[in-house]
Amino acid sequence: MKYMDEFRNPEVADKISSLIRKEAEGLGSVKFMEVCGTHTMAVERFGIRSGLPGNISLISGPGCPVCVTPKDYIDKAIALAGLKDIIIVSFGDMLKVPGTSSSLLKEKAKGRVKIVYSPLDALELAEKNKDKKIVFLGIGFETTAPAVAAAIKCAKNKKLKNFFVYSGHKVMPPAMRLLAKDRLINIRGFLCPAHVSAIIGFKPYADISRKYGIACVISGFEPLDILQSILMLLRQVISGKAKVENQYMRVVKPSGNSKAQRLIYEVFSPKDSDWRGLGIIAKSGLALSKKYADFDIENNINMPEVKTSIDKRCICGSVLKGIKTPLECALFSKKCTPLNPQGACMVSSEGTCSAYYRYKR
Amino acid sequence: MKKITLAHGSGGKLMQDLIKGLFIKNLDNPFLGKLGDAAIIKYGVRELAYTTDSFVVKPLFFPGGDIGKLSICGTVNDLAVSGAVPKYLSCGMIVEDGFSYSDLERITISIKNVCETAGVSVVAGDFKVVEKNSVDGIFINTSGIGEVLRDSDVSIPRIKPGDKIIISGTIGEHAASILLAREDLKFKARISSDCAPLNGLVSSIICRDIKFMRDPTRGGVATTLNEISLSSGYDIAIEEAAIPIKKSVRTLCEILGFDPLYMANEGKLIAIVSKNSAANILSKMKKHALGKNAGIIGEVRKDRDKKVYLKTHSGGARILEMSVGEQLPRIC
Amino acid sequence: MCLAIPMKILKIEGDRAIVSVGGVQRSIGIGFLKSPKIGGYVIVHAGFAIEKLDTKKAEETLKLLEEIQ
Repeated sequence: MKYMDEFRNPEVADKISSLIRKEAEGLGSVKFMEVCGTHTMAVERFGIRSGLPGNISLISGPGCPVCVTPKDYIDKAIALAGLKDIIIVSFGDMLKVPGTSSSLLKEKAKGRVKIVYSPLDALELAEKNKDKKIVFLGIGFETTAPAVAAAIKCAKNKKLKNFFVYSGHKVMPPAMRLLAKDRLINIRGFLCPAHVSAIIGFKPYADISRKYGIACVISGFEPLDILQSILMLLRQVISGKAKVENQYMRVVKPSGNSKAQRLIYEVFSPKDSDWRGLGIIAKSGLALSKKYADFDIENNINMPEVKTSIDKRCICGSVLKGIKTPLECALFSKKCTPLNPQGACMVSSEGTCSAYYRYKR
Repeated sequence: MKKITLAHGSGGKLMQDLIKGLFIKNLDNPFLGKLGDAAIIKYGVRELAYTTDSFVVKPLFFPGGDIGKLSICGTVNDLAVSGAVPKYLSCGMIVEDGFSYSDLERITISIKNVCETAGVSVVAGDFKVVEKNSVDGIFINTSGIGEVLRDSDVSIPRIKPGDKIIISGTIGEHAASILLAREDLKFKARISSDCAPLNGLVSSIICRDIKFMRDPTRGGVATTLNEISLSSGYDIAIEEAAIPIKKSVRTLCEILGFDPLYMANEGKLIAIVSKNSAANILSKMKKHALGKNAGIIGEVRKDRDKKVYLKTHSGGARILEMSVGEQLPRIC
Repeated sequence: MCLAIPMKILKIEGDRAIVSVGGVQRSIGIGFLKSPKIGGYVIVHAGFAIEKLDTKKAEETLKLLEEIQ
């Protein structure tokens, strides 16, 4: 596949891994964090860690939008699915995440949940099922928000009365700043998300590198991209000069995609948002703006009451930040397993706890 | 209250645990306990293979086949990978009140056609109609008897470190075809189910150097290799670059975030063969229409952690777990 | 959260395009792009092209990767 396979060349991967091992020698332990779920998946999938030296640890941050979606959002989505005149439409990612007593996958078996690849397909479902309320689960960061915004704007133009979005959208930079501020975590560098950056550009990372001295490299998702970016981060750390660099220059432009940015902030407005494992982060979420309130499900019906229960012994917050390992969690591998995840780190099949469950139990 | 869920039927770890914890626990006997694709039963001087399978696929009709074709191939293939020549099948159908007659006819003709191709006969059958919504359209169960080939000697204990692992062709097509037909993801791709009877292929390659065979259906190649690793006690190592896969299937997987190693196949087999015979068996396989794209994908290791290792496209290493439930299209 | 792959534009109709790669085709929205061209590669996510792929920069990156030391 063009522009993908070339970036998976094993000889070049090996060469870069050797360089990383050579330059990291004698450096003491260095912590880098990747904050995009797709990076977490790619690192796992291509076995990138197997080529890194022992003193470089690559932590998986809170970049999987599904994993950081609070449990009560899922419980409410499940409750909505149970209402007679509602069909829940969602990306596939959301379906397996368990709520307090069920999951959207179980509701799908009852015919109340449909999967789509694009939010525009949810619009089509609304047009075909005028007797039902179609509620689209708006999950995802700045990469996905423009697509959902486009669907909402299209719904307004078509004067649809039965299309709604339950927004769980979040934006990356505030979460990155929270983690950057925390001295305990001691992140020396961020592998910045490829496609979020394609939308938002470089600027949002500038203060993170300047204020906190954290190296930032915008990285593509292929193995050579990730390895090159880790090398670039390492070289910034060695030089002592933190800055924002763009490894993914074939897609990411310095100012990002202005059309997409404009649409996001026409249809959505920033709001405070709850990140599973991290707590509430100011202005880190997206709510439908007043102009589009007619499409906000929370504005149009009495949202069902739910009783969400979370085991307080879950230490996902510390694991996400890389301060504690899953082995230090009372629930790990006992109550909390990939089949019965209790927190964000086990929900994602590539989260830190999932990975530990597979490799280090 | 413990409940059975869809995940229990997906062919992965949950199902394995259920089979061991409930069925083997209560029904155990020397045949069942082997957990083979078929039971091998001595019958005078012969050995017979006997197996059963149920089919609940949705949608009923998909590019490359339908539930009828699938129901015959599934059982024929379980007999074939047990080293037997499939001969006689039974076919039981449970149909929902209101089901279309012409669909039932279509399915029956499909069964007829694949029986002719495979050289088997449906010799016993059963037909029931249940109230609306009691089944989803139609469910089919088939069971089958075959005679074990004289040159066949397949069993888990024969697997030894150094044995090579051969796959008979490209992976993931059945699951990809079902996915495109079932969910409306609006992708256009020329992908058809690989559903096909494998008994002809098996007969053309069978020899004592083949230690074990299995068809990687639900849960895909990764799950089947995990089962083999768990039963034999040996680690398995395979290379991603060696795995045959059609471009369109690979592309669809990249777009939707699917791992083709976990996707069901209905016309492929995995053979564990002795190291020295691998090249020869591979070339015999490639001469058969259903084995044209066969390849050696890995080997059995001497370590006994019961893990399956994958060397990735970019040279890294990761562990291939047993599948946990069905894969769903992702944005993340 | 950004699963997206490069796909080639085959046809453009207003703010939609048919894109294709590796034998897989789909109709997608191209409203976020400035003057997309037939034959160009775009990054496709959730049914939309979120950005163009600059093939010159892709080649440049590959060259850098091969010469890295």
